[in-house]
Amino acid sequence: MSKDISIANKWQQLKNHTKARVALGNVGTGLPLSEVLALKHAHAMAKDAIVTKLDVEGLSQKCKAQAIPYQIFNSRASDRLEYLKRPDLGRQLLFNTNLKKTEKVDIVFVITDGLSAKAVNTNAFKVLSHLLPKINESYTYAIALVQQGRVAIGDAVAELYRADFVAVCIGERPGLSSPESMGIYTTYHPKIGFTDERRNCISNIHSNGLSGKQGAQLLQYLIEKSFALKISGVSLKLEVGEILKS
Amino acid sequence: MAYQFTLGKQNYLFDDLKSVLAKASPLRSGDALAGLAAASNTERIAAQYVLSELPLKVFLNEAVVPYELDEVTRLIIDTHDFKAFDNISHFTVGDLRDWLLEYTTSGQNILEVSKALTPEMVAAVCKLMRNQDLIAVASKIQVITRFRNTVGLKGHVSVRLQPNHPTDDMKGILASTIDGLLYGCGDAVIGINPATDSPNVTVNLLKMLDDVRLKYEIPTQSCVLCHVTTALQIMDKAPVDLVFQSITGSQKANSSFGIDLQVLKEAHDATLALARGTVGNQCMYFETGQGSALSANAHHGVDQQTMEARAYAVARHFDPFLVNSVVGFIGPEYLFDGKQITRAGLEDHFCAKVMGLPMGMDVCYTNHADADQDDMDNLLTLLGVAGCNFFMGVPGTDDIMLNYQSTSFHDALYLRKVLGKKPAPEFEAWLLKMGIVDELGNKRIVGDTNKLLLNL
Repeated sequence: MSKDISIANKWQQLKNHTKARVALGNVGTGLPLSEVLALKHAHAMAKDAIVTKLDVEGLSQKCKAQAIPYQIFNSRASDRLEYLKRPDLGRQLLFNTNLKKTEKVDIVFVITDGLSAKAVNTNAFKVLSHLLPKINESYTYAIALVQQGRVAIGDAVAELYRADFVAVCIGERPGLSSPESMGIYTTYHPKIGFTDERRNCISNIHSNGLSGKQGAQLLQYLIEKSFALKISGVSLKLEVGEILKS
Repeated sequence: MAYQFTLGKQNYLFDDLKSVLAKASPLRSGDALAGLAAASNTERIAAQYVLSELPLKVFLNEAVVPYELDEVTRLIIDTHDFKAFDNISHFTVGDLRDWLLEYTTSGQNILEVSKALTPEMVAAVCKLMRNQDLIAVASKIQVITRFRNTVGLKGHVSVRLQPNHPTDDMKGILASTIDGLLYGCGDAVIGINPATDSPNVTVNLLKMLDDVRLKYEIPTQSCVLCHVTTALQIMDKAPVDLVFQSITGSQKANSSFGIDLQVLKEAHDATLALARGTVGNQCMYFETGQGSALSANAHHGVDQQTMEARAYAVARHFDPFLVNSVVGFIGPEYLFDGKQITRAGLEDHFCAKVMGLPMGMDVCYTNHADADQDDMDNLLTLLGVAGCNFFMGVPGTDDIMLNYQSTSFHDALYLRKVLGKKPAPEFEAWLLKMGIVDELGNKRIVGDTNKLLLNL
């Protein structure tokens, strides 16, 4: 047999130090079939995550149940294909006649699909249900559910609500190991046209990453710091390890 | 100057040279996003006809990015080899295409005029060439570079071992490094993309890689792909072999990367002075990729393939050891699917080789692009045939730090086998000495007594 798939013990031990796909063995020049299929499975999950849809129904129910004012929006990207090809359209709000008048709030939470709707369907309320009871006393807020949105659409939503702070919960680009990872981008005094250096980011909220509770802790920190210092972005450092320890 | 062409009964007008270039480019999402792509298939062909009849001299008189505005244009014009251009100054772009393909034109002949060719001329001829032409011409050209080994020889193909880790964990990176060496990878460079741009982390990673290299006497070079200014800052306290930087095709776009030609020159001079190479001292490593200028909103209305070729003018000014495009990393809004990534990969390799660069390729894709491992197998094989200097080697194709898929250690085994290519000669001798491969170049079974696995 030319197969090298009965892998030497010492070689296998490399796996103890990294999640990278090391010590896989080989069949001739190829990968063992089990590894080929595992890789294809991971890729399939990532591809499937990209075409999932924002659960507008379910998320609306959650808002209603907690009596949070909410509204449903669309970006100017009409479908996934256009969304992928035209990031500019995913940053702009589609204004239609159904829009209700928006009361001014301190904070608007935007929940949008990004590149994995599944990520926010699963994780957005895991964060918000920990966070909202802690900020109820201090801030007014609303939720915007946005279909086919990119990060910067939060600025457009915030202008509509005349909000002082926006937190965009968005599905991150699915990796092979994390098809449903959510990120949260926050901006103080958001304006259309802001770029990334004005934003803070909490990344990697998913079942093998940061928990909903940890995400809420970090988000609460960013809210309090941003309102106290009146800033967001590169000048506001987020030391994840330090905050989660405290 | 405006250009026009009548195709069938339709007359097509083009405002200027950059518009002809953009509309002649094979379709890709990034040019459509920028609003530069041809409006129809026939308009694209009309633009290609215009291009085919354009004298090369036109490119010296009409800059696509103004000379006064842009130091990359100034570099291109000021370093143009007028003397070598004498031999081809009567060519149209179409003539250049034919000359490149002629049996009688050798790779050496092409390299002799390479500094007479501006990136815009090379981008133009590329747009008139089919994938097959891009492979046929590139395969003639041999660009050899040297540091601690020799990369780019005909019949050889090298691999950058890319042992990234999401938290720069030393043991994690070491594990992936050892794994890659056990598959015969790492002759182009052992190159880590650090998760943060921390100077301390960079120093520690460089020391770790250098320890491994010295301990096993590996004839290769290492690199931590930090920002060039970080490398300059730590050069006196860390073993720096190659200095890395991402570059692109306009001054404004380079400035969004935090660099200009001056800082690249400083880095090049400082790294040369370290003189750590043994068989040579080419010490710069550059990465590029179509779409990067547009993504920085600094493309000046120029199509992404032409902007990419302009980045090669920057690269060749600093005599690099390695250059590669990270072709599929940028995402579907620039290169939508496997077809567009494949075309771009072949274009980038061709243009860089014609311009005299030691070109490799990160054959890769992200999960939101319409591409998969089969597309990568195809592009890897095509570029192998085209004589690409090196590829990436990532454990199981899955880069757990950058979250994209590149080529794997296994892909290197495959490519060397089907094309009968070998690693860099110095490195191949080491692989034999260490018992990692046999005389046929086949990977040996890894046993518990393997030297690389002892004293981990």
